[in-house]
Amino acid sequence: MNNEKLQAKVLSIVPNAEVINGKQYLEVTVIPDKLHELAKQLKEDSETQFDYLFCQSGVDYGDSLGVVYHIESVKHRHSIVLKTKTPNRETPQLDSVCDIWNAAEYHEREVFDLLGIKFINHPDLRRFFLDESWGYPLRKDFVDEVNIIEK
Amino acid sequence: MIPEEISSVVELEQQEYIINVGPQHPSTHGVLRLVVSLQGEIVKNLQPHIGYIHRGIEKMCESLTYQQIIHLTDRMDYLSAHMNNEAVCLLVENALDIEVPERVKYIRTILDELNRLASHQLWWCSFGMDLGALTCFFYGLRDREKILDIFEETCGARLLLSYNTPGGLMWDIHPNFQKRIKDFIKYFRKKLPEYDDLLTGNVIMQARTKGIGILSLEDAINYGITGPTGRASGFACDVRKHYPYSAYNKVDFKEILYTEGDTFHRYKARIDEMWESMKILEQLVDNIPEGDFTAKMKPVVKLPEGEYFQRVETARGELGVYVISKGDKYPYRIKFRSPNFCNLAIMNNLASGFKIADLIAISASMDLIIPDIDR
Repeated sequence: MNNEKLQAKVLSIVPNAEVINGKQYLEVTVIPDKLHELAKQLKEDSETQFDYLFCQSGVDYGDSLGVVYHIESVKHRHSIVLKTKTPNRETPQLDSVCDIWNAAEYHEREVFDLLGIKFINHPDLRRFFLDESWGYPLRKDFVDEVNIIEK
Repeated sequence: MIPEEISSVVELEQQEYIINVGPQHPSTHGVLRLVVSLQGEIVKNLQPHIGYIHRGIEKMCESLTYQQIIHLTDRMDYLSAHMNNEAVCLLVENALDIEVPERVKYIRTILDELNRLASHQLWWCSFGMDLGALTCFFYGLRDREKILDIFEETCGARLLLSYNTPGGLMWDIHPNFQKRIKDFIKYFRKKLPEYDDLLTGNVIMQARTKGIGILSLEDAINYGITGPTGRASGFACDVRKHYPYSAYNKVDFKEILYTEGDTFHRYKARIDEMWESMKILEQLVDNIPEGDFTAKMKPVVKLPEGEYFQRVETARGELGVYVISKGDKYPYRIKFRSPNFCNLAIMNNLASGFKIADLIAISASMDLIIPDIDR
């Protein structure tokens, strides 16, 4: 499927999605409530069949936190980028996509560890690299007085 | 009525018994801690605990320029240092629309494959050693030394190369480069069959690996298991083949695919990849075009505002670099999708139901590099 067809497909599932035709991939931004539904349909539809989550990254956008999903179809060899943003920084929560792609289990634990985004319905959401005494280091407002040297 | 001492033995057998493999266990090849719950000798559950050498590379990169980031990527998967460097370089070049000279593309591809060979040789050393065949270690290191000498002469370093730079290479290749590679291929084509003679055909080795730790194709795709580990299960995930970069579209090579997905075929996939790597080297080494070793670059690299993604195939699987730039000389956010981190996720599924001794064989066949997991 080329990007135009993918775009039409995404808009038929979530009509008010924000779609940008990026330099490499089609980038789709949706509200958090719609993400799980969109991801599930993109995986299960035989035309799109996005079965390989090859990257999931948490991002601190300043006023909100977000997660970026890079997914690919092994059969059709097309890729798409899904993005979503939490409404605030204080209680960031998103739906887990572990039930769709098992690869998300570790990625989401990493995002939780470093950015503090809680994933609802994650089977085993614990800190991964760091222990409880740490804050969330990948946030832009993280301060570590001992190790970070301000220039 | 069962006597007391016998009933306590029965109770012990039914009890869950938890042991730590690592963080200093020799077969975890670094500081990986596996908390294994056992019933008798059978692994029931396995939870990896990581973070012992978490350095926060992603956070550090947010205050480093792209030229500096390259030196940090060496420290992730240190056995695929050149491929990691290349990922960042390709990302910067694609973002700035810089066409690098053909010469650079060829040299990069040659070094990629040499690096892959060196990495697979060290994997073969430690695979044999983990199974108790210590001789492998000496055979493998003997041959790896020859590749490291080529690196030393051209790149100035043996392990953490940092020979790439955005736009090209640090300096031109050494005059001996091509001759030494041709000598090496001639040498290693004779030596690689020794690996088969020594270990592949060995009865004990086959008994310990065939049918052990089977990974299905569905699980491989669903968990995102790439590299030789995924390809042994039939997951066609070779980035070199499907999304060619540098000079990979000019060479002819086979993507090694097996369908069995057990420990033995993960082993076979890597041995076969060594043959393919030599094939690629032979096609390139005599055809390095003349030209510059770097494109013209500004001293300060600033990526235009936007998002970039670059995938390369390292010795262990797919490395993805995701950069969000705000038009600065530093990235706003950089994420490394490291192959080992994703491959670790399958450990529990693979080892559950097998004996604790098989766990060592399985983890050896996955070829985990811990600094790449922790980053």
